[in-house]
Amino acid sequence: MKKLLSVFCAAALAITALAGCGSEKTGNKVEDGATTIKIGLSYELTGSVATYGQSSVDGVKMAIDEVNAAGGINGKTIELVEYDTKSDEAEATTLGKRLMGEDKVLAILGPATSGAFKAEIPDANSYKVPVISGSATSNDVTVVNGKVQEYAFRICFSDSFQGEAMAKYAAQTLGAKTAVIYKDSSSDYALGLAEGFAAAFADEGGSILKEESYTSNDKDFNAVLTSIKDLNADVIYVPGYYQQAGLIIKQAREQGIDVPILGADGFDSPDLLGLAGAENLNNVFFTNHYSSLDQDPVVQDFIAAFEERYGREPDAFNALGYDEAKFLCDALSRCESLDSVSLQKALCETKDFPAVTGTLSVDENHDAVKSIVVIELKDGEQYKSEKVG
Amino acid sequence: MEQFLQQVVNGLSLGSIYALIALGYTMVYGIIKLINFAHCDVYMIGAYVGYACMTFLHLGFVASLCISMLVCMVLGVIIEKVAYKPLRNAARIAVLITAIGVSYLLEYGMMYFVKANVRTYPEKTGILAMTFQLGNINISMLQILIVAITVVLMIALQLIVKKTRIGKAMRATSQDQDAAELMGINVNTTISFTFALGSALAGAAGVLVGIYYNSIDPLMGFLPGLKAFVAAVFGGIGIIPGAMIGGYFIGIVETFVSGYGGSMYKDAIVFAILILVLIIKPSGLLGKSTREKV
Amino acid sequence: MKISGKTLGQSAAFRKLVGALVIYAVIQILLATGLLSDYYFATIVTIGINVILAVSLNLITGFTGQFSLGHAGFMSIGAYFCAFITLRVEGIPGFLLGILVGGCAAALVGVLVGLPTLRLRGDYLAIATLGMAEIIRIIFQNIKITNGAAGLSNLPQYVNWPWLFLFIAAVVALTVNFLHSSPGRACIAIREDEIAAEAMGINTTRYKVTAFIIGAFCAGVAGALYATYFPRIKPDTFGFMKSVDILVIVVFGGLGSITGSILGAIVLGLISMFLSSYTELRMVLYALLLVIIMIFRPQGLMGSRELSLALMKRAGDHLMGLFRKKEKEGRV
Repeated sequence: MKKLLSVFCAAALAITALAGCGSEKTGNKVEDGATTIKIGLSYELTGSVATYGQSSVDGVKMAIDEVNAAGGINGKTIELVEYDTKSDEAEATTLGKRLMGEDKVLAILGPATSGAFKAEIPDANSYKVPVISGSATSNDVTVVNGKVQEYAFRICFSDSFQGEAMAKYAAQTLGAKTAVIYKDSSSDYALGLAEGFAAAFADEGGSILKEESYTSNDKDFNAVLTSIKDLNADVIYVPGYYQQAGLIIKQAREQGIDVPILGADGFDSPDLLGLAGAENLNNVFFTNHYSSLDQDPVVQDFIAAFEERYGREPDAFNALGYDEAKFLCDALSRCESLDSVSLQKALCETKDFPAVTGTLSVDENHDAVKSIVVIELKDGEQYKSEKVG
Repeated sequence: MEQFLQQVVNGLSLGSIYALIALGYTMVYGIIKLINFAHCDVYMIGAYVGYACMTFLHLGFVASLCISMLVCMVLGVIIEKVAYKPLRNAARIAVLITAIGVSYLLEYGMMYFVKANVRTYPEKTGILAMTFQLGNINISMLQILIVAITVVLMIALQLIVKKTRIGKAMRATSQDQDAAELMGINVNTTISFTFALGSALAGAAGVLVGIYYNSIDPLMGFLPGLKAFVAAVFGGIGIIPGAMIGGYFIGIVETFVSGYGGSMYKDAIVFAILILVLIIKPSGLLGKSTREKV
Repeated sequence: MKISGKTLGQSAAFRKLVGALVIYAVIQILLATGLLSDYYFATIVTIGINVILAVSLNLITGFTGQFSLGHAGFMSIGAYFCAFITLRVEGIPGFLLGILVGGCAAALVGVLVGLPTLRLRGDYLAIATLGMAEIIRIIFQNIKITNGAAGLSNLPQYVNWPWLFLFIAAVVALTVNFLHSSPGRACIAIREDEIAAEAMGINTTRYKVTAFIIGAFCAGVAGALYATYFPRIKPDTFGFMKSVDILVIVVFGGLGSITGSILGAIVLGLISMFLSSYTELRMVLYALLLVIIMIFRPQGLMGSRELSLALMKRAGDHLMGLFRKKEKEGRV
């Protein structure tokens, strides 16, 4: 009987030895005769950051419907395979494998947050399937330890770049000498912005009086604002998203803090107005990809079409979602053959693509090169926009 | 000094909200020993009902508050009848998992129907928008209102529990369900009544938060719910004044920690204090340490 | 192996070993031949990690009766400590060292937390452990070495099916053997009646802490496996909801049933997998299923029984009996 046992163990070991001979993957392609091109959509549709995922998907779907209505790509329509990551990074990895390995998609759009996007990239490289995010702004997304992630692309600028632009604007245009940073410590997006801002602001000769933090679940910021009020800083930088920033602006103004409040593209949402109240949205500046004041027909057409389809104004995630899908379709139409490896090449070659969020080119680090805009709000409306950087 | 007083005001208004939610937790816990995870989502639903009343029906504050309390009351009773009643004799932990399930269902059901993005209440007008200046201290009408409503509701609750027949039934049921039943108390009605009361309070808290912070979303209940629960345990779970004290304590600690430089660690410090209190006094601040009989 | 009156082929331990090896071999063959793709393996890893977490939490909550809501905290300690090691020491030695360090660090925190809090009872203990897990998460979120909210990226990946299986088997064996030992029996006695156990001369604190340490160690190992399969970890992954999810598996499978925990993790993992194409409805359906299952089966899938061949045979006979009865009625 003991023999039997050892036979089993030996068999188990032998089977183990069988493994590990995985073959090099060659990428996915559209089968001959197929009438559709499968594109994966992996977004945070439920869970803590669902609002960014849902917004991005609204933009993506609008763009894909436009492309399909105009005849698709080389006569093939685009078919979206959609999954929900539950705002969980492990789920993002798992669903990435599913889209690339099971559904054989040509490319994946999403997820919206940097962390979840990063969780997908190792597989993208091994499956040779491009992944594109419209909003993964963290600094180390497309380049890791000096090495470019071959199959990862994004169409937004990095956090530190945005933070630096705002710091320069604050010091040079607003003449600020002192600043307080009030950041969202539960989001890597805000941390990147805060670092970029702090470094550049110091370079400009300004000083950061204090760094405070909140988390994305907070609603009451009065305590910290009360202590900030006494510091009398020239500007307050609030890296974070509109859900909290709107409340911070409102509570700050109600406490009588009337210095300029600065932010980043996380501010760009029609909900900011509702959260903060029009009378409080004065002397508020934020960096963004584009301004609705821009008379460029690409921008105005997008805003009009979006309002018609969804009955509300677009926010930054809507616009970036729309752009990433259009960016992908542009590359698809330039592909030599419809497979994921040539798609990667076509994406790399993107130059001066007229996106809503600014004309963009892909640089050697797979980052988007585009201009940055600083927007000033007056009574809740975009009042002035200025291209910087 | 002015900053200190302002922080006290901030802390009291934050604490009131925790206290209001904690009251519901503590009542339900007191009677069926269940951590009703769905409670914080009833609070979220209350906020949405208030939002719908004000935005689409253009009702005033008081009317919206009443409708929201009513809807939540019904919702609370339905949850109890459908999800918890069949499990009356099951292990407590099974009911807890059901409560978590109901909580997920409400959160994600709402997320499915109204989407995940934040909604904002219509702009405050009239008396609600008033603020008072005492020297350099700002107090808004809403802050006063929130504290006042919380205190009034708590006193009303205490009177119901201590002075009325149904209150007596509640106390009896919480002590010994079987004995209460033998004494002719309709246990099911009593429990439903408790859920109705607790849920109505959650609905009130929802509308107050909605109008005070002006921001609601499907997951808004999660963190306040957790903190309110901590508040209830802190004060001694099952004890109405305990929930109140716990709520205010946590609100004030949180405010002072973040106001004086610890904003990063404010939640951690709240939990650390909680653990300390529990180690020193294992059944909460006002809890009686009951000796178990063999 | 000497079992009185039975040959080795009939002994329960032997049958379990063979059963485990068969499961191992089947999945290994399916993976090696490519019938199970990477995606299914990722699902298997998620389920496997949940099995370890559920079994270890079951030891604390199901067998020792101590209601803990902080299991994700131990998991995060394991994950972060393992990641620190694997980012510095390369190769399999780094992987194994990482798992060991992760488990031990979690066990150490288990002692620190367990000693003062385990004198609390029931829901008070639950809230204290919850608080502890939240404190750990907030610390990880705010210190430099963990890279704050951004978390750690590009962790080296080592976990394959043999490793995963080895660790699951080791954790299950450790737990089962502990439960069959004298300290394990003491733990069960504490669950049944703490006062009676104390009266019988059981040092309740000691055994509660022992169970807590073993549970924490295993949760640390699970966290370490997470950090060596998935390329990223961040503090939010190990929040309160994660602790709740683990508890859901344990209760769903059956408190006090090891096979129940394993089965619970598998069933819930598969449900989640099948629901994932329903996107926004997914969590609604999941919640609905959870409520319905708990209402109709409050004791969980297995109750406190263990799945065994005998039980399966009985269930089969029962079904056959029902079937025959139906058939008879049909004829009449």
